[in-house]
Amino acid sequence: MTEPQIPRLTPINLLTGFLGSGKTTLLARLLADPALSDAAVLINEFGEVGLDHHLVERIDDTMVLLQSGCLCCTVRGELADAIKDLHSKRERGLVPPFRRIVVESTGLADPFPVLSTIKSDPVLRHHFRPGNVITTVDAVNGLRQLGAYVESNRQVAVADRLVITKADLAPAADVSGLVEKLRGINPDAPLLTASDPSFDVAALVDENLGLRAAVLQSTSGFYCEAPIQLATAQGGVHQSAVTSFVMSVERAIDWTAFGIWLTMLLNRHGDRVLRVKGILNIAGEERPVAIHGVQHLVHTPVHMERWPDEDRRSRIVFIVDGLDVELLKRSFEAFALDRSPVEDAAGPKRSLQERQSSS
Amino acid sequence: MCSLCGVLGGNEHWADAVARPGVYTRNVERIDRRRERANRVRIANAMLARFGLTISDWQGASFVLATRTGKSEIIEDLGHLWPAAERLCGRPCDPLDPGLIAAAEAAIDD
Repeated sequence: MTEPQIPRLTPINLLTGFLGSGKTTLLARLLADPALSDAAVLINEFGEVGLDHHLVERIDDTMVLLQSGCLCCTVRGELADAIKDLHSKRERGLVPPFRRIVVESTGLADPFPVLSTIKSDPVLRHHFRPGNVITTVDAVNGLRQLGAYVESNRQVAVADRLVITKADLAPAADVSGLVEKLRGINPDAPLLTASDPSFDVAALVDENLGLRAAVLQSTSGFYCEAPIQLATAQGGVHQSAVTSFVMSVERAIDWTAFGIWLTMLLNRHGDRVLRVKGILNIAGEERPVAIHGVQHLVHTPVHMERWPDEDRRSRIVFIVDGLDVELLKRSFEAFALDRSPVEDAAGPKRSLQERQSSS
Repeated sequence: MCSLCGVLGGNEHWADAVARPGVYTRNVERIDRRRERANRVRIANAMLARFGLTISDWQGASFVLATRTGKSEIIEDLGHLWPAAERLCGRPCDPLDPGLIAAAEAAIDD
């Protein structure tokens, strides 16, 4: 008998998408899928998903257990309180030991406050961590929404997974136009199509793929060579200012200087830096460090096992809303790179590292 | 600091979380820890000098940020650095300011 393990930090996935983009349809599918049998799903309203035929047990007013093993709850009032309640019930053994939380956000919500709540709440931050952000985009109306609403662009920009819904209802040309547009805003979130027979719910929440493969993909993909790519709409009236670009730098990065620079940038322009994601070559370190930030919030940096290939350049993807890309690049190069003389740049630090690993 | 409401005493700063000598430890490797802090102070000072500010280590626990006239503020970690710096020097500290970038580029070329 294997006791289900509760992870030290339970990931919280955020499901977002514009009004009418098929979020609820996708959610209804997730609730029934065995891949989420160990999850608790927080939704806005029981009525809208239509759970009756999946229902196994009603735990209380706001919580039900479904056939798939999934725990489904509605949020009344504060999200943080709902998550704390779940946590408390799990600790006391009143609900099955879920290992993941999926939160449905409303169609107009900026996903950032939810992520920030998880990181800053004094209770939540010790038990939960942000997982993938999943954004649904509707193939029929998505292109128009992206042209007209900032919220829609932001939702796409922060996504770790993009799901195209209603692709079967839209002409193929519209779908490919939408894909191109999405790629322009968010070059490296994997794109999934909900109507695709191979659509895999587990791939939505699988994170290794998210951080690692996404970083690799952008290095080998079409964004690799050009240091700056402007990827806004093609001069329409509602031209979106959301721009994504990739920087590759040869020179190693000074971690402390980079930290001071990025904090400074986020302090002043955090609401316009929708996304920072990259793999950094840190001076004095053998292994690369992956960083990942959404607006004012930077996730805990991850030491990767090894470099994905021979290329030792640092690569950073920025998705910004209305910032001057050229200035940003110059600023980064002026302030964040390691300027110490080449000979002693890594010497003493490396020996310290060895000492640490041997002790 | 909570990034929504600006309340102090929130999370540890992300820049502290990369494992390297003197970063994760609290009880061992005293020398490495001090060296890492000294290095941070040095790098932060290079940046803050452009705004007429200085930073110094305070008891290995906090930092003291000060203007040339002696107005000062204690900050917990680098996450609090820039809001405090802006309060003290009375103007925005913008890394995308073309003048600031040009000055830094000129300093590198020298």
